[in-house]
Amino acid sequence: MAHAASTQRKIGMTILAWVVALLLFFPILYTLITSLKTEGEAAAGFSLIPSFTLESYRDVLALRDYFRPFSNSVIISVGSTLLALVLAVPAAWAMAFTPTPRTRDVLMWMLSTKMMPAAGVLVPMYLIFLYTGLLDTLFGLTLILTLVNLPIVVWMLYTYFKEIPVDILEAARMDGATLGKELVYVLLPMAVPGIASTLLLNVILAWNEAFWTLRLSTTNAAPLTAFIASFSAPQGQFLAKLSAASILAILPIVLLGWFSQRQLVRGLTFGAVK
Amino acid sequence: MGSITLDHVNKSFGGHAVIPDASLDIADGEFVVFVGPSGCGKSTLLRLIAGLEDTSSGTIRLDGVDVTDRGPAQRGLAMVFQSYALYPHMTVRQNIAFPLKMANVEKSLAERKVNDAARVLNLTDYLDRKPRALSGGQRQRVAIGRAIVREPKAFLFDEPLSNLDAALRVNMRLEITELHQQLKTTMVYVTHDQVEAMTMADRIVVLNAGRIEQFGTPIELYKRPANRFVAGFIGSPRMNFLEGAEAARYNAHAIGVRPEHISIAPAGGVWTGTVGVAEHLGSDTFLHVHVGNTLMTVRTEGENAFKHGDTVSLTPAPDRIYRFDRDGKTLNAPSLN
Repeated sequence: MAHAASTQRKIGMTILAWVVALLLFFPILYTLITSLKTEGEAAAGFSLIPSFTLESYRDVLALRDYFRPFSNSVIISVGSTLLALVLAVPAAWAMAFTPTPRTRDVLMWMLSTKMMPAAGVLVPMYLIFLYTGLLDTLFGLTLILTLVNLPIVVWMLYTYFKEIPVDILEAARMDGATLGKELVYVLLPMAVPGIASTLLLNVILAWNEAFWTLRLSTTNAAPLTAFIASFSAPQGQFLAKLSAASILAILPIVLLGWFSQRQLVRGLTFGAVK
Repeated sequence: MGSITLDHVNKSFGGHAVIPDASLDIADGEFVVFVGPSGCGKSTLLRLIAGLEDTSSGTIRLDGVDVTDRGPAQRGLAMVFQSYALYPHMTVRQNIAFPLKMANVEKSLAERKVNDAARVLNLTDYLDRKPRALSGGQRQRVAIGRAIVREPKAFLFDEPLSNLDAALRVNMRLEITELHQQLKTTMVYVTHDQVEAMTMADRIVVLNAGRIEQFGTPIELYKRPANRFVAGFIGSPRMNFLEGAEAARYNAHAIGVRPEHISIAPAGGVWTGTVGVAEHLGSDTFLHVHVGNTLMTVRTEGENAFKHGDTVSLTPAPDRIYRFDRDGKTLNAPSLN
């Protein structure tokens, strides 16, 4: 009896998991379906069966340059991630291995900046970018994405570093390692899984970031978020083209996520189970 | 060379003195054991010598040179940790070679030293394994190998055997003692196990609440404990203590007798009691005897007929009775041979 009940329960949970997964995935699926319709079909109302035309993709790639915003996205997401890492490794090291009574507060303060509505500082940031000539530059966007994601990078690295027994770092010190060598030969190699998933997550977050990238870029530095937005025209929506542009913009990052999912899951649950 | 001198060393954490005032002279080549109950500050004292903790005041000298303000990397000491603290991403070879790499030792020389250490420690077959593929005892040997290759002034051991099972612990204890006899390098060894302390040490430092209670050879501590704490801590099973009227007869606040200095008979002794538990070890029997409200331990020969509930009579060896005053200080050292 108990066996039958547990089987039933398993079937129920499996169905539930599929329903939830499908719900979460549906917007992306519908975007994909819409991108394979003609504009007429897309405007006609809800339908799950497209005519499988690649017309919108052809139009989108003919109308706008895809490569430039794509390479901009790569540069600013990878660049901001590397820059954040260079800043965050020493910070996380210090907080994880030589904590003070205020360490928790500092971490909370960093995280609290993520709770502030970005729109609140839009005007000052815009003016700073305007006066320093950073507006619509790749460097400017890299910088702003670094700042936006730095708290998360510090937090994640801090969590990973906390898992590394301090004994091992002390052993390195006893073995004659200077601080730099301790970081390079001992801490970083041991933290590779954590650092890798931090890198991946940050690239994804930076790739998807739209608020700042849309407002602080116009043409030269515009990444894929701007590429999508450019198909949303005031004189009427071209849903199929918008969908095709969206699919083209998210495709690289979905592929990245797909191939690195094992690493991502491992990184995000690192330390949860020991 | 490797003499270690602590001169009025104090270590405080946020106003609380973990080590109030420690002074100590460890001679070159000596095997010194820090022993005491958990939380007595023995590990902190070792970490102060290592340079992993900063002193709050006082000076630490190695071979007469003040190293108080030097970092651990500059002191030329090697340490073996309780957790072994091996580098999990490196092979055994790389682990042992790490200190040599940090010291920029020439490659072929480093390789020879690593191979020599591996041979001494029976690790030759495991040099290309990662630490996770080793047993506890092998990991411990890698940690020791990493310590010996750099030929340090002194070795520091922080409870190195407490993660091993009992049988392995005895083996490793012998190996470390043998290593000391071979290398003749100063060793400072922290343990909470007084048997380890007694069997390994040239001299023992007994610590209690951050204070050095006594510093002496194992036999000195056993025969002439400075106070009640040392008397109770050194010796296994521990010394029996009696207070009140019984102690007053000896003109003391408390008296102590070791289990091995009490003879037992069915009747006719000084104290009469009832056997509670009899622990038969084969070679010895430990009898736990209720004398009034006090539980006394008596060590007797392996085969004897006493069992739970028997009434017995105990007699202390008269020249082996320790007397303590109200503060626990030893009033006399019994006249010892």
